[in-house]
Amino acid sequence: MDSKNTSDPIGVVGAGSFGTAIANLLAENCEKILLYVRDPKKAKSISKSRICSDQKLSDKVEITNNIQKLGEECNVIFPVVPSANFRDLMKQLGPYLRPFHILIHGTKGFDLQLIKGKPDKVTPANVKTMSEVIKEESSVVRVGCLAGPNLAKEISENKPAATVIASQFEEVVAVGKSLLKNERFLIYGSSDLIGTELCGILKNSVAVGAGMLSGLNLGENARALFISRGLVEMINLGKELGGNVRAFLGLAGVGDLIATCGSSLSRNFTVGHKLAEGMSIKKIMDSMEEVAEGIKTIDIVHHLSNFYGVRSVINEMLYKIINKKLSVKDAQHLLMKMPFRQEVEFLD
Amino acid sequence: MAKRKIQYDQVVPRKNEWPIVKLAMNRPEFVQRVADESMAELTAKGKSIHEQLETTLYKEKLRIRANPWKVDPKDDKEFWDRVQTDLSDIQNLSKKDAASKEEEIMRHIAYRYSDEIAGNFNKSYFRFARAFVTFGFARLLNAARGKGFLALFRRQLDLQDKLHIRGEPEHIRKLAKKGTVIMVPTHFSNLDSILIGWVIQYLGLPPFIYGAGLNLFNIKILAYFMNSLGAYKVDRRKKNPIYLEVLKNYSTIALEEGTHSLFFPGGTRSRSGKIEKRLKVGLLGTAIKAQRALYQKGNVENNKIFVVPVVINYHFTLEAPALIKEHLRATGQERYYQEADEFTTSYKMASFMFKFFTMDSEISVSIGRGMDVLGNYVDDEGNSLDAKGKSVETIDYFKSGDDVTVDSQREHEYVRILSKRIVEEYHKYNRVFASHLVTYTAFKMLERRNPKLDVYSILRLPEEFLEIDYEEFKKAYKKLQNQLNILHKEGKVDLSEHMKKTATDSIAHGIKNAGMYHAKRPLILKKNKKVIVIQDTNTLYYYHNRMEGYGLEKYI
Repeated sequence: MDSKNTSDPIGVVGAGSFGTAIANLLAENCEKILLYVRDPKKAKSISKSRICSDQKLSDKVEITNNIQKLGEECNVIFPVVPSANFRDLMKQLGPYLRPFHILIHGTKGFDLQLIKGKPDKVTPANVKTMSEVIKEESSVVRVGCLAGPNLAKEISENKPAATVIASQFEEVVAVGKSLLKNERFLIYGSSDLIGTELCGILKNSVAVGAGMLSGLNLGENARALFISRGLVEMINLGKELGGNVRAFLGLAGVGDLIATCGSSLSRNFTVGHKLAEGMSIKKIMDSMEEVAEGIKTIDIVHHLSNFYGVRSVINEMLYKIINKKLSVKDAQHLLMKMPFRQEVEFLD
Repeated sequence: MAKRKIQYDQVVPRKNEWPIVKLAMNRPEFVQRVADESMAELTAKGKSIHEQLETTLYKEKLRIRANPWKVDPKDDKEFWDRVQTDLSDIQNLSKKDAASKEEEIMRHIAYRYSDEIAGNFNKSYFRFARAFVTFGFARLLNAARGKGFLALFRRQLDLQDKLHIRGEPEHIRKLAKKGTVIMVPTHFSNLDSILIGWVIQYLGLPPFIYGAGLNLFNIKILAYFMNSLGAYKVDRRKKNPIYLEVLKNYSTIALEEGTHSLFFPGGTRSRSGKIEKRLKVGLLGTAIKAQRALYQKGNVENNKIFVVPVVINYHFTLEAPALIKEHLRATGQERYYQEADEFTTSYKMASFMFKFFTMDSEISVSIGRGMDVLGNYVDDEGNSLDAKGKSVETIDYFKSGDDVTVDSQREHEYVRILSKRIVEEYHKYNRVFASHLVTYTAFKMLERRNPKLDVYSILRLPEEFLEIDYEEFKKAYKKLQNQLNILHKEGKVDLSEHMKKTATDSIAHGIKNAGMYHAKRPLILKKNKKVIVIQDTNTLYYYHNRMEGYGLEKYI
């Protein structure tokens, strides 16, 4: 199926900065884009101002508040909402989706379903990636994800970038490519859906840490040390969760890590930076317009690492800081005492 | 044992309407169609006819020299010699003539294979054989139950007394009227196809076709029955591209024609004793392909294919010692191993069956709930329901936009989805016998005691390490029994009645029945009732494997 040049509208869910950037990118290749905004008031105001998350909307983007319309009119939908709202969204959208729908999500976070009475119980049984949520909450099978160094602001400024579209279905990758590709936006395909999703998610905590180092002014050497060790941790846990090492070494893994661990445009990075400056977690969260997935990721990675018996020293440190069991200063010393047996063992 | 016997009537009373009979009546057209459609695939874009012919010729010549069988056609060698001559003659032809000549040779081969696979089923044979199987079983059982020779002519006992059908027998009967059913049983023993044959007949279902290993046709008595019972021939020696394509098309087209089919999706008998995990994608792929082809034809009635998992359980597998040896040799990296064929003669076959049915031991066949080809459950009407219980149209899986489209990569993924679902259902319908759990407990205890040893070393442990204190054993057994109860409540596994008894009773039942007819039973309880002795680690390992995949190891 080549959706380019057809009159079928393409759907986008989520009017955050990345969702808006995706909608505008799609507008370069498609006739009509439906952008779903959950809050009716917000939908109205965006329709009127044509400004969404500080970006000017293309004329081809139509704002809608009607989820049924989205499901029934669009065969291809890009959900880009925070992981905490993703399942709810899918529960609402699910009834209007059918097995021929294609869903390519751009959400870099885990879904966590808390078990009643056991808020501390976090195991692979109740932690899911977004593609798994889509499959659980709808009859859609043609699922893909977008991952890579894609700072929304830079995309909206028409700066060059590339991304990975991963799906077990070649047709999903092909459709995604034909819809999003242009001369400033390059697209790689991958068949490792879970691995690619995990790249985007697991890098969040490393990005928080990198922001912290930057806030402490520890310099580039320390940051490089941190990123490389962070990558090893990502891979060790990623493998347990069913990802392939290859994905982590590509654009979605290393690529995303480099971009987010050095840019104040990254929300996760910003969270870490402010932590180092002494701001409390609560204050930081309240001050941000959009959700930083990192804090939630650190918590989940902590539990999953325990479950699999994987050593995640960096994440553990961040976990303690966030839960106030460790000060940022102490962590700095701890970092230099990290016992490394072998630098790179995941390739063996 | 005053259970009332249920009698099922025939789902489709008029035999001439049975899909298989229709197929038999149109045999020549069917064989031709299989050959033609295979040709279409084989000559599709990007495939070199020449290369495929060369590979096939090479492999066939090798087979004829290295591994000839009694059932091979008399002109086997002659035929392939001629193909070789024809192929070498082609070199002198113009490019265009050569191409058409190559295609002709290939068509010839495809037709030959199609004809061979179809076998010679015959309607009148067919009825007779079916009646005979039922009748024969009853006779065999009566004689076996020690009523002597005269009992052969009394008709009191039949398989129903030995064999417990669980799960959803009414459901599969309903589905057989609504569309085409593919039964996918687990496969542990050579007797499975006979058992399933009986179950199909007993449930009043119209007959199913299935691919039987050509080696079984070497035995005259079996060949006779199989030819007449709708078995088609699968030659595992022939791994050439043309044969495999024809074989796949045979199954696909039979399904398209509405013929109920039986697949053993694990391919062969489970060597390790584990429930199949990796299924053969080739055969399952024909289900997906046939379903798509049916949808392409538009909205025809009864065009849905249903997949019904079936789990067969018994306390012991007669072939276990040979199977597990093969498995160990294969996983032990030995390069070549001979397939164990216990049934080389009609006599061995008969004595095997006799032994099997005379033993005082339970067999259960659990019929799973029907699914569509994507693994969605279906209701009695055949409507698919997604994971949330919402109705879903199977045809939508094959559409892009408004039309049904062909996308082989997509269908390949669907096979994986289906195969995963079948394995899940196997675990769910698996009916745990106490004998499975005693062997599991014992083997896991050996592993725990020797954490540094790998499986192969544990299997070679000397005798003095093979005793387990009964009380210790019981403690571990209890824990597992509890965990299984939890899984059972969650609908993740089925339990037999004796699993619900106290640990002491359940263990006693398990030890008594575990591999009871092997020369050396895997486990015995010493007379003082204080020590359990492992007598045969190989078969212990084999039966223990049955319980893998439930995450029980964490509880011991």
